[in-house]
Amino acid sequence: MTALDHGAQQVVAPEPGKFEIVGKIFAGRPATVVAAFVIFAFILIAILAPVIAPYDALAQSFLRINHGPSWQHWLGTDQFGRDVLSRMIYGSRNSMIFGLLAPTLAAIVGTTLGVIAGYFGGIADRVISRVVDMLLAFPELLLAILIAAALGGGFWNIVVVLTVAFVPGFARVARAQTLSVKQEPYVESAIAVGVRTPTIIFRHIVPNIAAPIVVLMTLWTASAIRLEASLSFLGIGTQAPNPSWGNIIRDGLNNLFGSPWPIIGAGLAITCVVLSFNLFGDAVRDVLDPETNQ
Amino acid sequence: MNDVLISARNLGKTFSSASGLLGRKGRDVRAVDGVSFDVHRRETVALVGESGCGKSTLGRLLLRLIEASEGEVHYMGKDLLKLSREQMRAMRKDLQFVFQDPYGSLSPRRTIFEIISEPLEVFSVGKTRSQRRERVAQLLDQVGLSPSFMDRQPRQFSGGQRQRIGIARAIALDPTFIVADEPVSSLDVSVQAQIVNLMQDLQEDKGFSFLFIAHDLSVVRHIADRVAVMYLGRIVEIGPKAMVYDTPHHPYTQALLSAVPEPDPDAKKTQIILEGDVPSPANVPPGCSFHTRCPIVQAVCRRDRPPLLDTGKGQMVACHFAEAHPLTKGEHADLAKTRLQAVGSTGAL
Repeated sequence: MTALDHGAQQVVAPEPGKFEIVGKIFAGRPATVVAAFVIFAFILIAILAPVIAPYDALAQSFLRINHGPSWQHWLGTDQFGRDVLSRMIYGSRNSMIFGLLAPTLAAIVGTTLGVIAGYFGGIADRVISRVVDMLLAFPELLLAILIAAALGGGFWNIVVVLTVAFVPGFARVARAQTLSVKQEPYVESAIAVGVRTPTIIFRHIVPNIAAPIVVLMTLWTASAIRLEASLSFLGIGTQAPNPSWGNIIRDGLNNLFGSPWPIIGAGLAITCVVLSFNLFGDAVRDVLDPETNQ
Repeated sequence: MNDVLISARNLGKTFSSASGLLGRKGRDVRAVDGVSFDVHRRETVALVGESGCGKSTLGRLLLRLIEASEGEVHYMGKDLLKLSREQMRAMRKDLQFVFQDPYGSLSPRRTIFEIISEPLEVFSVGKTRSQRRERVAQLLDQVGLSPSFMDRQPRQFSGGQRQRIGIARAIALDPTFIVADEPVSSLDVSVQAQIVNLMQDLQEDKGFSFLFIAHDLSVVRHIADRVAVMYLGRIVEIGPKAMVYDTPHHPYTQALLSAVPEPDPDAKKTQIILEGDVPSPANVPPGCSFHTRCPIVQAVCRRDRPPLLDTGKGQMVACHFAEAHPLTKGEHADLAKTRLQAVGSTGAL
């Protein structure tokens, strides 16, 4: 077919590496590197909790109620004589699981709803958008308290609570992104060659709205950890005797002037993890979704 | 005429601005208004007009990329607009589209192979992946690209190369009809000619029909068999290329042609400069929609809309005075001038 060769320029740009994005997230940001390290450390602690923890987090003892810090119990003991450090180490499991599970589930549900609303429009859009607007009118914590109060505590209830609290945000972002991606010529060109609607959604819409969703997920991991701690502090989250940073602080309040260490320790842990996830999320956003960065 | 491939009858599209929750209605935009024309087998029909005249919308209506408000599109004895979504999807094997924007029309995250093989996959052409790769390699070769580009991504290519990829995708299923929506208007002038020639060669090779949407009259002159001129959503003149270019009947066509730059600097030429702007398609003037800018406007033009009538030789014009002033090449400039003067003296504007 040389007759048809009208001399296309053989200009080809270099292929960028797959790991370039990861590199960009850390490049020139020492705070992000520290944040990632902190996150990694806490994840390790959560996984290795049974190995690291010096005591059983649930073992009570009348002989050492409300002890201050000592070489045996670095952060002292609580009103049931349980080792606070061990409870904190086991509590990190709680925080990490909710921190990762809730935004992931919320992203799946919220993105599905948002894409349906954005792509199909019409009555589906109206119903979904109105419900989402309604839910967005409540602050997440208030919404979480409302649902938790109705459902009660317990692991799966907290998962549901946090997921419902986060779904509206994902749905709104996914809908807005879908509306704009839907207008892209490559979507129209897929329709023009006869691609079926589900394929268009999964192949041409979802991958192109993924960046802001991922950004939202990393940013809301911090919120999920904070919310779970808040709920547990209020007594409607993780239920005693299971340890959670939130209910460690709550228990610590009873003996605030005897030993402030449970509160200081758990408070510091929450602060560190939330701050780290926020910093990391900001960095991810700057790289994946530079436009939304004010 | 039994070699008609696809024909539009009274095709129209009104975009209604979104009505609010309380049923407030915005102003409707009449993008395409009662358009009828045929495209024959192996023929290239060029659709020209100013931006905003509805030519892209018309191209999309034919292939149902936009749903028409009214009218019919006949293809193979069926009205495309009456088919179910699934039936229409099956028809897309024969009816393809080349997009204006070579940057936006290729999905940025997919490889060239994935982009070109998508239609093959949809219509199960090529059972295995390796068969499809073979076919894609063949298609890339046909559009003048190296098959070794297959696993690269669109961002690694120039505009002209991307448009070649878009063309390869359009011809992948051996369609009978391709709508090309200003396929070269966003390209470099030097690349435009290559792409136009490529499309012409491919058409000769494969024998598909072409609806070529453009605003560049020199490109149209090169590629078209017949030319249709659109103004404010309506076809005002349609006919064989030679007739439309040499003896334009509609004053709008005459003005358009007079604006084409002449390569010969010594050639004497009077430009017909139209007064005013194109009226908004949300507020189309009554009667002949061109009457607000027409140099030979009469009272009847403001009142009655002229039908698209055959002048006898296959050229159709929608003008009340089409018969009165057919122009030959030489008369073109002079007549235009005298007419402009006449308009000035009678104060018809």
